Order: sequence, then C-alpha cells, then structure tokens
Amino acid sequence: MLQLDGVEIGMGTEQLRADLSLHPGARVAVLGPSGAGKSTLLDIIAGFRVPDRGHVSWDGIDLTDALPQGRPVSILFQDGNLFPHLTLARNLGLALRPDGRRPDAASRARIEAALDRVGLHGLGDRRPGTLSGGQMGRTALARVLLQDRPVLLLDEPFAALGPALKTEMLALVGDVAAELGALTLLVTHDPADARRFAESVVLVAEGVAHPPAETDRLLDDPPPALRAYLG
Amino acid sequence: MAARPVALTAAPTTARIATLSAAGILAALTLGPIAAVLWRAGGLGAVTPADLDALRFTLVQAALSAGFSCALAVPVARALARRRFVGRGALVALMGAPFILPVIVAVMGLIALFGQAGLVNGALSALGLPKIDIYGLHGVVVAHVFFNLPLAVRILLQGWLDLPAERFRLAASLRLTPWAIFSQLEWPLLRRLMPGAFAVFFVICLTSFAVALTLGGGPRATTVELAIYQAMRFEFDLSHAATLALIQLALALVAGWVALRLSRGAGLGTGLDRLPLRWDGQGPAARLTDSAWIAVAGAFLLVPLALVVARGVPGLVLLGADTWRAAGHSLGVALASTVLCLAWALPLARPRGALLSLAAIAISPLVLGTGLFVILRPFVNPFTLALPVTALVNALMALPFALRIITPAAESTRADYARLAATLRLTRGAWLRLVLLPRLRRPLGFAAGLTAALAMGDLGVIALFADPQRATLPLQVYRLMGSYQMEAAAGASLLLLILSFGLFVLFDRGGRVRASA
Repeated sequence: MLQLDGVEIGMGTEQLRADLSLHPGARVAVLGPSGAGKSTLLDIIAGFRVPDRGHVSWDGIDLTDALPQGRPVSILFQDGNLFPHLTLARNLGLALRPDGRRPDAASRARIEAALDRVGLHGLGDRRPGTLSGGQMGRTALARVLLQDRPVLLLDEPFAALGPALKTEMLALVGDVAAELGALTLLVTHDPADARRFAESVVLVAEGVAHPPAETDRLLDDPPPALRAYLG
Repeated sequence: MAARPVALTAAPTTARIATLSAAGILAALTLGPIAAVLWRAGGLGAVTPADLDALRFTLVQAALSAGFSCALAVPVARALARRRFVGRGALVALMGAPFILPVIVAVMGLIALFGQAGLVNGALSALGLPKIDIYGLHGVVVAHVFFNLPLAVRILLQGWLDLPAERFRLAASLRLTPWAIFSQLEWPLLRRLMPGAFAVFFVICLTSFAVALTLGGGPRATTVELAIYQAMRFEFDLSHAATLALIQLALALVAGWVALRLSRGAGLGTGLDRLPLRWDGQGPAARLTDSAWIAVAGAFLLVPLALVVARGVPGLVLLGADTWRAAGHSLGVALASTVLCLAWALPLARPRGALLSLAAIAISPLVLGTGLFVILRPFVNPFTLALPVTALVNALMALPFALRIITPAAESTRADYARLAATLRLTRGAWLRLVLLPRLRRPLGFAAGLTAALAMGDLGVIALFADPQRATLPLQVYRLMGSYQMEAAAGASLLLLILSFGLFVLFDRGGRVRASA
C-alpha cells in the first residue's frame, strides 16, 4: 500500500496537499489541469522532491526522507528516458548492473527477452537516436520490466505520440504493469486515457490531490472541480 | 515555502568531497604563493623610481593596446558582418587562431614583417624613406593588437549578428540613412560591448610578459612583469621581485575586478557563420571601405604567420639537439598541464566553480612563479623543478577557460539525466564513466586542445625558473633569438607553431570523433 499522509508541498505561489492511499497492483490515472501539480505528486512519490510536511510510505515503511535511488519505484519521464549515446542493450543493462559493468551472459539473455517482449526483437545494438518515438517508449518499458519494481510512475511519456500509437503504448503499459503486478500511476490530461487504462482516478485540482475514485463513475458524474476542467 | 531540493547523483558525498578538495587545492596553490609574496616583500619600502617607470609603462601600453584593438575592430567587424565573399568563413575561423598562437611565434612573425630586415623596412628603404623600429612601446602595442584585434572582432561580430534581422528590414523599409543606422542600431551595441572588451584586453595586456620580454626591455619599455623577471634573474633580489609582484597583484586585482563588472555578454564567439540579410551599406563607397578594412586586417594577421612558415622551413634542418630536447620538454609540460587542468575542471564544473576560477585570471604567472620560488627555495633548488612548476602554473592559467567551456555542458547533462540516473540507482563510477564523460566528449576535447596549446606556447614562469638544461621550446626560441641565430630561431618557431596547433587539432578532433548526439 502506497500512502501519502498529510503531505503538503509548496509549488511557487501555489500549494499542493495530498492525503490518500493506493493499493498494490492498482492502475491509477492522475488527472487534472496543467500546473495543478500532477508531476509534483509523482516527484514526491519518486523522491525528487521532499514534502514540506507529511509522510510518504510503502508497505508501512516510511520513505519520506529516502533518496530517489532508495525507493521501490521506476519512472518514465516526459522525455530523456534513454541515454542517447548508449545502445539499447547498454541502456537496458543499466537496470541490471547499476555499476555500469558489462552484463554477463544470463543478463544479456534477459535484456534480449525484454526487448522481444516489447516488440523490438534484434534492435539491441541500435542507439535511441535511430528509433521512432514509439520505439523509444517501448525501450523504456522494456527497462521497466528489468527493473522489476512494485511501483511504476508515468509522467506523460507518450504525450508527443499520435492517438493510435498512444493507445497501443497504453495497452503495452497495461501488459507490463500486469506482468510486474506493479501499482501504476499514469499522469494524463486526457480523460479518454483514464477510461482506457485506469480503474481509478486521482484528481489533482485546486491545490488538492484527491483520494482515488472509480474511473467511470467519476467521469460520468464529475464533481465541480473536474467539471470545470472537462468543460 | 519551496520544497527542499534533493541531491540526485548516486553518491552525493563523494561528489561533494571531490569538488571541495579540488577547490581547496586550487585555493592553496593560488593563495599560498600570494601569501609567500606578501611575506617576502615586506611592504612597499623597496620601490625604486625604475619600478614606478615600469608601472607607468605597463598602464600606458595596456591602455594603448586595448584602445587600438577595440577601435580597429569596429570597421573590421562591421565589414565582416555585412559582406559575403569567398573565404569569409575561413577568415573568421582564423580570427580564433591567435588565442592559441604561441606569443614568441607571433613575435617572430612581426619581426619578419616590421623588423630591421623585415618586409616593411625593405619597402621603405627601397623608396628612400626612413626605417621604422619594432622595439619599444609601439612594438609592444603592435604585438598586443595582433593578439587582441581578432578577439575584439569576434566579440563585436557576435554582437552584430545577434541584432535581430527584423531591425535591418525595418531600417531598409524606412530608408534610414547610414548615419541613422549607425546611431540607432550599431552605436547602442558598441556602447554595450566595448567597455567590457576594452577592460578584458586591458587586463590581458597588464599581465603580458613574453611580448615585453622580446619587444620591450630597457628603462623605457619595461613592464612590471618584466621587472619581476629582471629582479629575479639579473639582480638575484628575491625581496625586490616580491615587492614588484605585490604591485602587479594589486594592479591585476583592481583591473580584473573592473573588467568583471564590465564584461558581461562578451562571449568566446561561436556560430559566426550565419549571415543575416542586410540591405544597408550597398553603395560603392561602403563596399570599397569594407573591402579595404578586410584586406588590411587579413594581411596584418596572415602575413606574419606566412612569414613564420616561409622563413621556418629552411631553418627546420638547422634544429639542434637542444631544440629537440626542448620540444620534448614542452610536449611533456603541455600534456601534464592538460591532465591536471581537466582533473581540476571536472569536479569544479559547477556554477560556483566557475566563479572560483576567476581568481586565477587576475593572478599573473610571474606572481605565482615568484611565490612558488619563495616557497620552494628552503627545501629544494627551485631550478630543478622548472618543468613541473611550469606545468602546474599553466594548468592554473588554462582552468578558467576550461571551466567556461565545460561547465554549461556538465550542467545540462546533470539537468537532463541526474533523475534518470537516480531511478536506475547508477553508482558514482558508472555515472562518470557511462554518462558524464561521454556526454562531455566534445567540450572536454576542445578544452584539452586549448590547454595543451596554451601550455605548449607559454613563455612565462619557465623564464623565471629555467636553467640551460631545462628549456621549453618557446624559451629555446627566445635563446636562439638572443644569440642572433635567426635561422635556427625561425625553424624552432615553425616547429613550435606546428606542435601547438597540432596538439589543439588532435585533442579537439579526438573529442568529435564518434561523439554521436
């Protein structure tokens, strides 16, 4: 269980409060207007920002002051998810060998398998610059598979993709999350993404990250804050 | 109110320790010699009238050099900004070359052009006109203009090209007169850039030693730096040298502080190939003036270099064992300086590290050298350490440039990838080896090239420390000149030119090869 207890954080002149808990393995969309604090919420969970007040915990263990590298979290950013000067295999290898040494035969087999799993068979020697946006997203998801952590955060990594490709990628995220049994938080500003991907929605609006609500029920009968956003 | 930022590199403490110790060693190596100078000088009581003459000459030549460099740069930069011609790109690129050109090589070239037996005097005497003399104040100023004019042109050209093209379009559609264009568009630019450029050149010329050593000298053309050298080498008066070093230090600190205040916006000048369309200055008179300025400036820069090559080729066969040994010493010094400088620059490549390194700009090599001499003398014979001290001082001198080149790229690499590295739990070693160094290949190569070339061509602290067994190549050229072996000196100059530019190209290319985006 991921818990945010009385979390408060300043964002410039605004303030974000969060008091919520999320179940392991759940698929959650983080929805709200831009600037409301969706990415900030993810930053707090990933450890890139420390809240001014309150606690973050996973399975009862307090993570509030843990460094990002000490958290059970993998994350896909909007961009810059791969090191452009390393091959895909080297990029993926870092998930298995954080000391940067060359992976052994067993690890290489796992890297191959992960690339196969996301539909990039035999592309291990390519560099990210030679890939399409969708292929880069797939590579990053292959690395998530190798990282094998119980929480997966996605900070709009597919925002630049076209609608069809985005749907495809969300399906793949769903598969990866199911395979890992990971709690998955997907930041989006598109309610259709939420309906397609998530069983529940955390609404971030007007300075509050609300507790999760069932997706269809929330979107069919939006509360005032969400209605203002959806228009 | 704002959230606490989180340190993201894998092992923040080791990174901090590296940065702090690099900064500590830097501070000890600059402040230590200064403290030694202060202690040894024992006040300003020993200042002689000759020292005051040296101070006056230093200020006058620096002001004249900076003034001429800036004033002449205006028409040249303007001509380059609004003319297109074959070879324009090459000429602009060449304007960057004097930065890594060994001073002694340039001096050889200028002597070949303006010297007693030079081209200009040959033409003058053929016309029955009196000869000119390159030695003294005007020779020092000419050499300084040779070095600083190209830099001034590049700074101005950058500013000119940064002016929005829309303004020239507007000026054309309003049919503004040339005077209106100058006063409305160009004069504000000059007022913004010129004070900083002038101040930077003034400081550079204050600490110029090799030019004064070769073209100055005598009671009427001695700089403070040269006086330090003379006190050490000829009077064997260490406390007099320290007193002079104190004067030089005060001078450079005040001028450096002023330059810093004024020099915002004066970059190294990149991306000068792009040429916005301009519609002004298309009359025949403007074309003629522009062409004349480009031709004169080009000749002033190119002819001395061409003469070094032309006169050096026959001299190459005259190179003796001494010269080759000196070349070996210089290569060793250049490589050691490069390694030292980069080892310093990497941990200091942070915004505050750049600030710290500015301390090194204001301090002259001869002040540092004097201080190190004072510190070393009780323990060893300082002359045996001539080469290591030269390598060290050159690394210090190149550090500000290396930091200016490396820091922006290091900062953006951290901004782009530190979070990713954290979630991947990369170790400090993997971050350095797999991310930071590969991402910094190009700037590291460029910085290494500059450092190596500067150290290769340096004729400063080595003159203080050297004995006959431990000359570097620039010092060897100076000695050959001093003993009137001009052909051998010309050959050694060409060798020095080849080695300096060769090292630069080698490192710079090395950074570009296989450096994929």
